[in-house]
Amino acid sequence: MTENVRIERSSRTSRIFAAAGLLIFVLLVTAPFYSGRSALHLLVEIFSYLALASLWNLLAGYSGLVSIGQQAFVGLGGYSLFTLTMFAGVSPILAIFLAGLIAALFAMPTAWIIFRLKGAYFAIGTWVVAEVYRLTFAQVSILGGGSGSSLPTQVIQSIAPTRAIRDNLIYWTGLFLIVAVLATIYLILRSRWGLALAAIRDSEPAAESVGVDNYRAKFLVYLLTAGATGCVGALISLQELRISPDAAFSVNDWTAFIIFIVVIGGIGRMEGPLLGTIIFFLLREFFADWGPWYLMLLGLFAIVMMLAIPKGIAGLLADRFDIQIFPLRRRVRLEEPK
Amino acid sequence: MGTILDGILLGGLYALFAAGLSLIFGVMRLVNIAHGDLIILSAYIALVVSGGLGLHPLVSLVIVVPLMASLGYALQRSILNRTLGKDILPPLLVTFGLSVFLQNALLQIFSGDSRLLHAGGLETLHVDLPAGVAVGVLPCLMFMVAVAVISGLQLLLYRTGLGRAFRSVSDDQEAAQLMGINNAHLFGLAMALSLSIVSIAGVFLGIRTNFDPSIGPTRLIFAFEAIIIGGLGDLWGTLVGGVILGVAQTLGAKINPGYQILAGHIVFLAILTFRPQGFFPKTR
Repeated sequence: MTENVRIERSSRTSRIFAAAGLLIFVLLVTAPFYSGRSALHLLVEIFSYLALASLWNLLAGYSGLVSIGQQAFVGLGGYSLFTLTMFAGVSPILAIFLAGLIAALFAMPTAWIIFRLKGAYFAIGTWVVAEVYRLTFAQVSILGGGSGSSLPTQVIQSIAPTRAIRDNLIYWTGLFLIVAVLATIYLILRSRWGLALAAIRDSEPAAESVGVDNYRAKFLVYLLTAGATGCVGALISLQELRISPDAAFSVNDWTAFIIFIVVIGGIGRMEGPLLGTIIFFLLREFFADWGPWYLMLLGLFAIVMMLAIPKGIAGLLADRFDIQIFPLRRRVRLEEPK
Repeated sequence: MGTILDGILLGGLYALFAAGLSLIFGVMRLVNIAHGDLIILSAYIALVVSGGLGLHPLVSLVIVVPLMASLGYALQRSILNRTLGKDILPPLLVTFGLSVFLQNALLQIFSGDSRLLHAGGLETLHVDLPAGVAVGVLPCLMFMVAVAVISGLQLLLYRTGLGRAFRSVSDDQEAAQLMGINNAHLFGLAMALSLSIVSIAGVFLGIRTNFDPSIGPTRLIFAFEAIIIGGLGDLWGTLVGGVILGVAQTLGAKINPGYQILAGHIVFLAILTFRPQGFFPKTR
């Protein structure tokens, strides 16, 4: 008896989510026409966190590269944007993308050195590198040293003549970035490379034995995330119009919060950062006034989550209800004999 | 000359930061991201104890050490043991969460003001050596305590039954368990021992410099650098690593105060580049 076997990736739910996603995308593209300035500002912030969390998830959740030093590339991106626009006269929007390129360039020697460390020691090594960048930029007096600097007015005006147009341009750039980041991650995870990365995460020797070039696969994914993280960092600095070493290379803002988002949402799943970002911004909205209490709460929440539901909310949804927003898994279906 | 001597003695403090971290990594492959914050926590506990009872900070160790050791045992048994396994993510992320929690709890209780443990003139006492070099009594004491702690750990690890149990668990957890070792309890003891050393380090740190709730992560990084420079798994190597780091920092600070920590990091990265196994590698 022969049966027809079909391999499929998308499911009914994922098709529904795709349609909803398209609708949300249209709403977001047109947002500047119906929403206010502060809403756009908040949306760019959400895009930034979602992008950073998705990129960190690609590193830690899919490639086994647990970094607690991604703030290195957020800061490098921001400082590159400031340097390019202030001293080379590059237009700020273009500088966002060049900043990503520069961050990726810096990631090369960084990876070369810290890839000698494994596992948890790799994590702390990435942190040391980020500290080196922070302390170095604090010594560069032309960029304001330890106290940082603000973007000059003529640079700000070179984006667009009026503030409304500037806000919209920055917003659309942010939207473009997040869509590009999510699409790239999605395509990588569906490719041979994505399979190779998941294999490395699960077992390095096993991956090597089936012909994966571990070092190369990890090196490339590290470079790619560094570059994209640099773009996001540049966007953040353009939105803030100010940069300082402590803020740009902050381990709390760009790593602790990101880890929190991914752990709560679900590590190693593309839906994780999305759900985590929503929860993070809701919590922030309600509890940010609590100061240290709020951060203690976040720390405890992450610990409890990691112990009780290590797969996060996305993992819970996928296991319990078979809900998947991004169709990444392959399923084997038997076709009904006709 | 004086600068280099200062750096060498500072290395003793860094070895104290590192010894506890190295021990738990050796025994259970756990890297405790909250290690630095626990050092700061013990400095604050010493502040409360010595202030409340009017004790000298070094005498307050009689209370701080058992307190931190019990905390370590409880922490290990209740939370950290549940994170151990093949996957490195859970211990890393849980201790990261703990680090954020501790920093903010200290901030809430003690505010962000910097504090200092007053040691009744010990901090300024110094001995004049020939050639116009003065050496502080406190740095010398720190270095000697570091040597004593490391000697004690070595004796414990290689001369006692408990040490044999630690080493066997380190080699093969399952086999050790089959031989009747209670791993969960043993890991608790290792963490208790680690936090006892942490409290000694914390009190010396508090006497030597100002501290506030935010400086823990940097101490973790110093500890980590000392371990990697010295070579994973070798405690005397860790002392040498601490000394190299200390000398690099004091020399950097001599050129420009802003370069102190940066110089240490750069020497660390240089050693990682040219001698990634450290100077006295033991494990692997």
